[in-house]
Amino acid sequence: MALLEVQNVRRAFGGVVAVDQVSFSVEAGQIKAIIGPNGAGKTSLFNLISGLLKPESGRVRFKGREIGGRKPYQIAQAGLARTFQNPSLFLQISVLENVMVGQHCRTRSEFAGCSLRTPGQRREERAMRDSALSRLDFVGLAGHAAAPAGALAFGQRRMVELARALATEPDLLLLDEPASGLNMRETDGLGQLIEKIRDTGITVLLVEHDMSLVMDISDEILVLDNGATIAEGSPQAIQNDPNVIAVYLGSDFKHASTSQES
Amino acid sequence: MAFWAGPRAKASGNFSVRLRTAIEIVALIVALVAAQLVLRALDKEYCLTQLTMAIYYAIVVIGLCFIMGYAGQVSLGHGAFFAIGGYTTAVLTTSDFSRFEAAAWGRLLKHLRVLVVRQDMYGADVLSAAPWAAFALAMAATLVIAALIGYPALRLKGHYLTMATLGFGLIVYKIILGSTITGTTDGIVGVPAWSFGNFVAISGKSAGRVHNYYIASSIALLVLVLLRNLVHSRVGRALRAIHDHETAANAMGINTARYKLKAFVASALLAALAGVLLTHYTGGVNPSEASAMKSVRYVALATAGGSTSLWGAAAVSIVLNFLSLRGWFGSYDNAVFGALLITIVSLAPEGPLKPLGQVLRRFRRRGGEDARSNDGAS
Amino acid sequence: MGQSDLILQYFLSGITKGSIYAVVAIGFNLIYSATGILNFAQGEFVMLGGMLAVSLALILPLPVAVAGAVVFVALLGGLLELVFFRRLRGHSILHLVIITIGLSILIQEAALHVWDEKVRSLPYFTGNEISSIRLFGAAVSPQVLWVLGTVAIIVVFLHIFLKYTLRGRAMRACSSNPEAALLAGINIANMRTLSFMLSAGLGALAGCVISPITLTHYEMGSGLAIKGFSAAILGGLGNPMAAVLGGLLVGVLEAFSVSVLPAAYTDVTAFAILLLVLFVRPHGLLGRPAGESVREF
Repeated sequence: MALLEVQNVRRAFGGVVAVDQVSFSVEAGQIKAIIGPNGAGKTSLFNLISGLLKPESGRVRFKGREIGGRKPYQIAQAGLARTFQNPSLFLQISVLENVMVGQHCRTRSEFAGCSLRTPGQRREERAMRDSALSRLDFVGLAGHAAAPAGALAFGQRRMVELARALATEPDLLLLDEPASGLNMRETDGLGQLIEKIRDTGITVLLVEHDMSLVMDISDEILVLDNGATIAEGSPQAIQNDPNVIAVYLGSDFKHASTSQES
Repeated sequence: MAFWAGPRAKASGNFSVRLRTAIEIVALIVALVAAQLVLRALDKEYCLTQLTMAIYYAIVVIGLCFIMGYAGQVSLGHGAFFAIGGYTTAVLTTSDFSRFEAAAWGRLLKHLRVLVVRQDMYGADVLSAAPWAAFALAMAATLVIAALIGYPALRLKGHYLTMATLGFGLIVYKIILGSTITGTTDGIVGVPAWSFGNFVAISGKSAGRVHNYYIASSIALLVLVLLRNLVHSRVGRALRAIHDHETAANAMGINTARYKLKAFVASALLAALAGVLLTHYTGGVNPSEASAMKSVRYVALATAGGSTSLWGAAAVSIVLNFLSLRGWFGSYDNAVFGALLITIVSLAPEGPLKPLGQVLRRFRRRGGEDARSNDGAS
Repeated sequence: MGQSDLILQYFLSGITKGSIYAVVAIGFNLIYSATGILNFAQGEFVMLGGMLAVSLALILPLPVAVAGAVVFVALLGGLLELVFFRRLRGHSILHLVIITIGLSILIQEAALHVWDEKVRSLPYFTGNEISSIRLFGAAVSPQVLWVLGTVAIIVVFLHIFLKYTLRGRAMRACSSNPEAALLAGINIANMRTLSFMLSAGLGALAGCVISPITLTHYEMGSGLAIKGFSAAILGGLGNPMAAVLGGLLVGVLEAFSVSVLPAAYTDVTAFAILLLVLFVRPHGLLGRPAGESVREF
């Protein structure tokens, strides 16, 4: 059974069909990428999977359980975390506290315990702090733990968001255009980080425009256009797929062979 | 989870926060004790009455500051919650339930001391609710009402939430004003004292002035400490995350609707608590407690104290309400709070005490903590 | 009085009160459209109009007094915008709304000190308190006709202004797309001031014309503001004509609620409508749901 199964999911806005009968699955331990031109429905698809949108039809199964239409926080609790394309850090609190928020769904102290500072709550708080710090360290930002989140540079904020998503202890991590706005060096670092994440046992599904990153690290690629699946397969297969070429370069190039040997 | 083993956070990570809290609490205690001693020395101990009232009002403001500053909920309905608490206890402790003694459950309640016999104003024996029972019922009523109104209202954004709370407050006000059971425009008087054992009672008797003052101060300080703890915990972080970017908070696994509701209800309960206590202290309650003007005052004070500074809100609230109760603002009482609101919000929406806090922080940093970022990083 | 007469009476009383709510609601909408602010001092404009006119009428003929009051309050509205809101653009809407609440308190207290807490009224424009006219079979004071007539003229004037004049269309442009309006050379700041002046002046006019019927006193503003806001929200914010519908509906519902609720609770009707609309259909009856999102998600 695949970790994530998307079956015939469809969602329209007014007259525009954003996601049109898309089906695919993600196996545990994979790094899978979704690519496609702008407006192809990639972010909508992400929003459908992570609960920000409700599918009109079709199903989304995660770890065998139906999650289509559930609220985002329930999906996160189930082990599916995501990052956002637009900045979504909590700017009022520190970097470390941002990552600690990620640990929220794995901890339990509520109003009573927190206001009275019971021993259990204090232990839990220390554990949250440690765990958050180690996530920050994982993305290389442990030195900035106390800084206010707003003080960080764009690329660093991306990393903090990643650390925050990791703090939710996900089984599947959805990354929404993680490389956008990053320079080449940062993108390389990102690629290595994503592979490191996969190596810890977390499956990764990413939406991305940066082709070199995608081709470099993905095990499988899904290509969308106008809300529908165009192709799905290994990077090699995708690069040679005439439909994909047509989508990106125009149908004049449909029969051009991409002789990218080696 | 060996892979995730990273640098351990130093236990002192929380230290500067706890230190600051401790300093603020101690400062407040010192100020409160000093105030009482000074008043005694000046032979003006009667001022303690208004000071005690101001402290009870401050409890409302602290609770309001909590949801305004951390959860971003500006409520113009807290006067109504105060009134719900106050009126519930007033009605229950002054009504005569003697006619229920005929029923078995009535006798049972009397046996359990839920209903007790007391003398009313004319010296006759009446059967009324015991203050502790009235208190419990007041809290329960507030819980239910706050949850009912909060659930739909908290889905609204920013100023629409505020308008909804205003509408709610006005409805409560009009109902109180128009109902005979709440005494219409006169309110309720003759509310008995709330005794704890033989020595301590919340009441307006001048003999008990000093210890009532300390009772009020202790309760207010307790509330302050509890809320402070809440703010610096997982719950506080969740609330601030929700306030900052609700969608992202939801995506991180936080049930945002439930948290917002819990915070709102907690704040309402605090207002009702203050209402119950103040009603027993002054022996009565009147409709103006539920008025929009009162609610606006609470917001003005919470804003003026610094929207994220609980103790600032407490301090400003105590001082200004005391002056107001002593009549210092004369006929301009409402105008003062209106002007305060406008000034603070226009000039410094975070409140005048925040810049002060920033100055203090800069001093502390120069003092010796600058070498390390205070969470013990690599 | 027969049953249908009673109903008619309620109805007329409802649309009389309701047309005042409509004017307040229109004022809310004008300012909201041009600036995004919900101006809770709106009710104070109505109160000031009446109060001022009463004072002026002691030394001037009635029409001049009314005109003078309207002009003065309009200028005051513009002044408020200049002093308080022009400089405060960066603040969130919530802050600005809170400032209007503070302003409404200050204006109220000022009115209390300038005049006093006594109730006053303008003389009836035509006739006196016992004259009555038969309207659709019910007996009404001629002042009611003045009220309805004035509000109708206000509505028509505004409609023409907003739809057909350059200034009016510029004001509408400011609300739907401020950046584009700026690029088109519209002076947004002046439009905002104009919207305040217009709202204030219209409110003052309403205050004058309703004064003989409901009487004028310093505290009348806040209740009117909330009810006017309920009306505006019921109609749908952003749609000035819907405000009229909202106002009339609130007025009529309030009038009929007297037959169901004890008299002391009449005011609750308008507030309950407010809550109901906010909770169930925040964009109101005729508002644009896609426009501003009132709910979180």
